[in-house]
Amino acid sequence: MLRPESEGALAEIIRNAEGPLAIRGGGTRPVGRPVAGEDLSLVGIAGIALYEPGALTLVAAAGTSLAAAEAALAAEGQRLAFEPMDHRVLLGTSGEPTIGGVVAANVSGPRRIQAGACRDSLLGLRFVDGRGEIVKNGGRVMKNVTGYDLVKLLAGSRGTLGVLTEVSLKVLPAPETAAGLTIAGLGIEEAVAAMSAALGSPFEVTGAAHLPAERLTHLRIEGFEASVAYRARRLQAAMSRFGPVDIEDDTGRLATLWAGLRDVAPLAGKPGEVWRISVMPSEAVSVAAALPEAELLLDWGGGRVWARVRDGFDLRTALAGIRGHATLVKASETRRSAGGVFQPQPAAVGTLEDGLRSRFDPRGILNTGLMS
Amino acid sequence: MEMPVPAAAVIARKDRIVARLRELLPGDAVISAPGELRAYECDALAAYACPPLAAVLPGSTEEVAAILRLCHAEGVPVVPRGAGTSLAGGALPTADCVILGVARMTEVLEIDTASRFIRVQAGRTNLSVSEAVADADFFYAPDPSSQLACAIAGNIAMNSGGAHCLKYGVTTNNLLGVTMVLMDGTVVELGGAHLDAGGYDLLGLVCGSEGQLGVVTEATLRILPKPEGARPVLMGFSSNEVAGRCVSDIIKAGVLPVAIEFMDRPCIRATEAFSGAGYPDCEALLIVEVEGAPAEIDEQLAKILAIARSHDPVELRESRSEEESARIWLGRKSAFGAMGQIGDYMCLDGTIPVSALPEVLRRIGEMSQEFGLRVGNVFHAGDGNMHPLILYDANKPGDLELCERFGAEILKLCVEAGGCLTGEHGVGVEKRELMAHQFGPQDLEIQMAVKDVFDPKWLLNPAKVFPLEASAARRESPA
Repeated sequence: MLRPESEGALAEIIRNAEGPLAIRGGGTRPVGRPVAGEDLSLVGIAGIALYEPGALTLVAAAGTSLAAAEAALAAEGQRLAFEPMDHRVLLGTSGEPTIGGVVAANVSGPRRIQAGACRDSLLGLRFVDGRGEIVKNGGRVMKNVTGYDLVKLLAGSRGTLGVLTEVSLKVLPAPETAAGLTIAGLGIEEAVAAMSAALGSPFEVTGAAHLPAERLTHLRIEGFEASVAYRARRLQAAMSRFGPVDIEDDTGRLATLWAGLRDVAPLAGKPGEVWRISVMPSEAVSVAAALPEAELLLDWGGGRVWARVRDGFDLRTALAGIRGHATLVKASETRRSAGGVFQPQPAAVGTLEDGLRSRFDPRGILNTGLMS
Repeated sequence: MEMPVPAAAVIARKDRIVARLRELLPGDAVISAPGELRAYECDALAAYACPPLAAVLPGSTEEVAAILRLCHAEGVPVVPRGAGTSLAGGALPTADCVILGVARMTEVLEIDTASRFIRVQAGRTNLSVSEAVADADFFYAPDPSSQLACAIAGNIAMNSGGAHCLKYGVTTNNLLGVTMVLMDGTVVELGGAHLDAGGYDLLGLVCGSEGQLGVVTEATLRILPKPEGARPVLMGFSSNEVAGRCVSDIIKAGVLPVAIEFMDRPCIRATEAFSGAGYPDCEALLIVEVEGAPAEIDEQLAKILAIARSHDPVELRESRSEEESARIWLGRKSAFGAMGQIGDYMCLDGTIPVSALPEVLRRIGEMSQEFGLRVGNVFHAGDGNMHPLILYDANKPGDLELCERFGAEILKLCVEAGGCLTGEHGVGVEKRELMAHQFGPQDLEIQMAVKDVFDPKWLLNPAKVFPLEASAARRESPA
């Protein structure tokens, strides 16, 4: 395994590479077509380069463990707003997720609906492209429109356009407290309507999820104590037309509940394949109707549907006609080897993607085929 | 400021190109008479002007595609134009170009408050998007100061911000999808009413690409429920340094105001004389606004005021009514107009890390002495997005050039302090030649390679963003 200790050494490796490279951070998210090639680990390029709590910015080398970054933030009462999912729970993997891995896969959790995705918190990055050139884009300030936004392009490109070496993130203060609201007994259609009503209220809901198996709908509010108490009360009143609303104010229990929802724990440790489906929130109802045998978890007020289906199930055909995209997150290596993990793109968009890949990685050596 | 020499061969074919455009569009949608073209010769960077070959005002995605197919085949450069409010010369024409204006594409196509989005034609103005959803108690968050006039198409091209983006983000954070036409006429859909990309985040790449990758004709935008209320507080301080430290402490304390605006003494004096807002006569002034229900606002303001008091403010003014809130904002909102009363000015847009505010403001003050030009600072302090306004006299020979040199030095200073050349206005032609101060050759090369993919002939807004010398080979013998 190649394990460079610096950006310069990484550039050298890529420049001199004679064959494909399989790029990895902590190796906790084996999503996509398995990649042939020599393993290239980024964990040697690690460490927090700059953390300014008063400017809400963190700059870290890509191989920095997520745990180390989060610990540094917690020490100052701050956190990553986008609440990255820990894939080890669902995928049964081990190892330490890295901050570069989180960015490369644009991993976001339940708070994405209110605070944005990983890519929305990403202020800048450095990467080495497929020619071995070191490139920087963006920076470490919140507002920056200088040149093209390759930051967004690289986020979620899973190492197929360049190998990240450093990421710069906007962080946010951790809230003083939180409260949860739970409505029991709703069907999917009512649950989506309830979540839409909550997210359309001025009470700044930072989580809206529904578990059809348990018929439980969960909402989350965060902030200063008096404000959370006020909004929980108001939201409880507004939601009461959907059924009795319980309030949970034990922050420990609440943290456990939302960590489970974030990590898709209810669908973990069970047979079959798991898909992540991104749709317009109201379309969650059609998704559920099209997947009568699936076990579902609705997040983002219905905008993100996790579906556990039987092995080999042709989900794309079942969802034909519903706009959005689906990713096969949990599946056997054999299944993933057949491709189709990521949403096939319309021809014109596919041509643009191929064009970008051929410019960023002209020799086709970076995680080749992973997203095809 | 240089622009490329227009292609004589294109200009020579003007009649034929205009005739073919007329075949594609309704009669009044093609403008070619020299007098009428004056309206399109510049944008809000009015120091530079050049009438285009022609201007077209399509009404649909199909018409845009037809225009682009034709211009692509004829090798005619196209400069897309929103409302022409760019402060960076993003819509500045060349004599051989067709201006493609989206001003007739203003329809609301779909509103869905349950899924929290609105879909509009891209020529619709920013403010009218919020107005279209106001009755449902929603709003569109990005609020550039030109929001009454500026078009969503231009907002997307420049990734526009505004005073309230400290809390809600800029255009890219509120844009869900676009319909876009590539230079060869191909129509692509990127994103939609769902979140995030299934493949590469091309939507994120297109937003802020200054009309160089495609022409956006429709946009799906995230809308948010209106807050229950908002209230500002005004604080005066005895120095820029102290005000800067106060900003940092507020952010660190975990309060997330929707806006933190900063004005320095020259700006305070000018706006006071202009608007009579009743601002204190002090070195630096902050306006901090928070949102929520009355009790939530009280809670947040109590924390903010406690922080402010620890910095010995010379003035603390909490609004107690709508009228007082309006008075607090009055001076800030009229600051640009007030500076304009004193003389001509150039508005800069560099961003710096918040921690560098005091040092950068001190250096700007010193440079103001060196260049002999006055500067007022009014800006979004919460996110470090500065707007130094340099005063000059457009009628005095050499003053504009002196002002531009001074501006360039300030922007270089922003980059050296860990920031960037432009926070929300865009590069356009104005900051094109400064790009090499922020980016190395490889950083620019890969960005230009992106344009090669979307627009291999380099016909869309070609003389913008990149230093002319860096893009010359591509513009002259395209990929």
